[in-house]
Amino acid sequence: MKAVYLDHAATTPMRDEVIEAMMPYFKEKFGNASSVYSFGREARKALDEARQATAGIINADFNEIIFTGGGSEANNLAIKGAAWEYRHKGKHLITSSIEHHAVLHPMQQLEKEGFEVTYLPVDDQGLVSVEEFANALRGDTILVSIMHANNEIGVIQPIAQIGAICKERGILFHTDAVQTAGLLDIDVKKLNVDMLTMSAHKLYGPKGVGALYVRKGVRLVPLIQGGGHENRRRAGTENVPGIVGMAKALELAAAEREVVTPRIQKLRDRLLEGILNIPHTRLNGSRTERLPNNINVSIEFIEGESLLLNLDLKGIAASSGSACTSGSLDPSHVLLAIGLSHEVAHGSLRLTLGRDNTDADVDYVLETLPPIVERLREMSPLFSS
Amino acid sequence: MYSEKVMDHFQHPRNVGEIPDADGVGVEGNARCGDIMKIWIKVENDRIVDVKFKTFGCAAAVATSSMITELVKGKTITEAEAITNRAVADALDGLPPIKMHCSNLAADALKAAIADYRSKKLQAVQ
Repeated sequence: MKAVYLDHAATTPMRDEVIEAMMPYFKEKFGNASSVYSFGREARKALDEARQATAGIINADFNEIIFTGGGSEANNLAIKGAAWEYRHKGKHLITSSIEHHAVLHPMQQLEKEGFEVTYLPVDDQGLVSVEEFANALRGDTILVSIMHANNEIGVIQPIAQIGAICKERGILFHTDAVQTAGLLDIDVKKLNVDMLTMSAHKLYGPKGVGALYVRKGVRLVPLIQGGGHENRRRAGTENVPGIVGMAKALELAAAEREVVTPRIQKLRDRLLEGILNIPHTRLNGSRTERLPNNINVSIEFIEGESLLLNLDLKGIAASSGSACTSGSLDPSHVLLAIGLSHEVAHGSLRLTLGRDNTDADVDYVLETLPPIVERLREMSPLFSS
Repeated sequence: MYSEKVMDHFQHPRNVGEIPDADGVGVEGNARCGDIMKIWIKVENDRIVDVKFKTFGCAAAVATSSMITELVKGKTITEAEAITNRAVADALDGLPPIKMHCSNLAADALKAAIADYRSKKLQAVQ
C-alpha cells in the first residue's frame, strides 16, 4: 500500500547524512567529552564543532547554546530557570493561550509557586496582538514567552516586534521555535529574543535532543543539577551522537532551505486548494502568516479520529485536534482559542508536509480524502445533504 | 489500540441510515464532547424488527453504534432494554479505557429510542 507521511510537525524521518554523521560517536568515538584522554578529546571536539555550527546558523555565539534532552526540556529550562533566577525582580509572566503544553504547563506550575501569568488571547486568525501584549506588560513583568509558530495551525507570531518591546523595557523574551527551526531562517538578533528553543527531531535529526539559545548575560537556575556540563546550566554527560546529529541536520536545512521551502510551499498550496474544494471545509489560522508546510482545516459534520483512522487505512499519516486524539475530553486548546466551536474543532485535520513529499502524494490525498469525508458525513447525524 | 472487532465495525458499520417511519428515535451524547449517536427503531408486536443508526464520533462511537444494532435486531423491547453499555463494549472485545465513558453510549441511545417508542405508543392509546 502507498504510504504518505503528512505529519512532519509531529516528527520527521532522520536524514541519511545525519545518521552517518552520528554513527562514529556510538562506538569508535564513544568517549565522555569530559575525559582528558584521547577518547574524551575526540568527543569534546565533536561537541565543540556541533555547538559552533548550531550557534552560527542562528547568529549566536558558541557559549550561548545549551544542548538539552529535547524541545520540552529547553522550554522548561528557559521558563522555570529564568522565573526562578529573576523572581526577586518581579512575579509577572506573559505567554499566549495557544502555546505548546511544554510552555503552558511550566507556566501553570509557576502560578502554583506564586507567580502571576497573563495568557494572551489570539484573534480568529490565530495571531497575538502586539498592542494587547504591550498593554499586558506590568512593572513587575520579568519574562515573556511567545511561540515563533504554532504547532497546530502554523501561524507565525510577530516575534521581532514583541521582542523589540521587551528589549526596550528590559524584560526577558523567550520563543519556542521548535516548529520554525529548519524551515525558516532563524536569526536570534533579528528576532530580538533572549532565549530560543529548538528540537532536532522536527528537522530531520534525532529524537531526544534539543537546544536552548540563551543570550550572553542571561542567568538561569538549572533544572538538572550535577556535573558542570553545558556551562553549569544542564548537568549530565552530553549526548554526543545526538548533538552531532542535531548540528548536522541544522546545517543541511540551512544549506537547502532556499530550494526546499518553496517546493514544499507549492505542494502545500495545491493540497490546501484541493481540500478546500470539499464543501463545508475551512482553513484554521491565517493564510498568509503561516508556516509554508502547514494545513489545518475543519471538515464539518465529521469527527477527527474517525477521519485519521480512515486515512491511516489508506496509508496516509495525519493529525487532528479532536478530543480523541488530544488524549483529553476537550478538543485542541488552540482551535478553541481561535473561536471554533467544540463541534467544528473535533473535525479538524492537520497535514504538515516535508522535504520528501511529492506531487504524487498530493494527488493521492486529493483522490483519497473526499470519498472518506463523504462516507463519514453520510453516517453523521449532524449532516443533511 | 482498538480490537479487531472494533475496527471491523468501524470500517464496515452495520445498519447505517435512517428509518423514515420509525416507531422510536433516540439521541445520546453531544457535539461538545465529540460523540453523538442517533438510533431509529421499528417495532412490531413488542419486538424490534428493524434498527438503523447515524453517528458523529470516533471509531469507538461508530463501532458501539453498529454493534448494538446487531445485538437488538429481533429482540423484544424488554430484552433490548437490558443491554448495557458495558455489554456492547464486551461484544466488541473491549474498548480502550479512555473510550469507556466518552464514546460508549450506544445502549443509552437505544434506551432513548425505546422511551420515545413508549411515549408515542401511549399517545396513540390516548
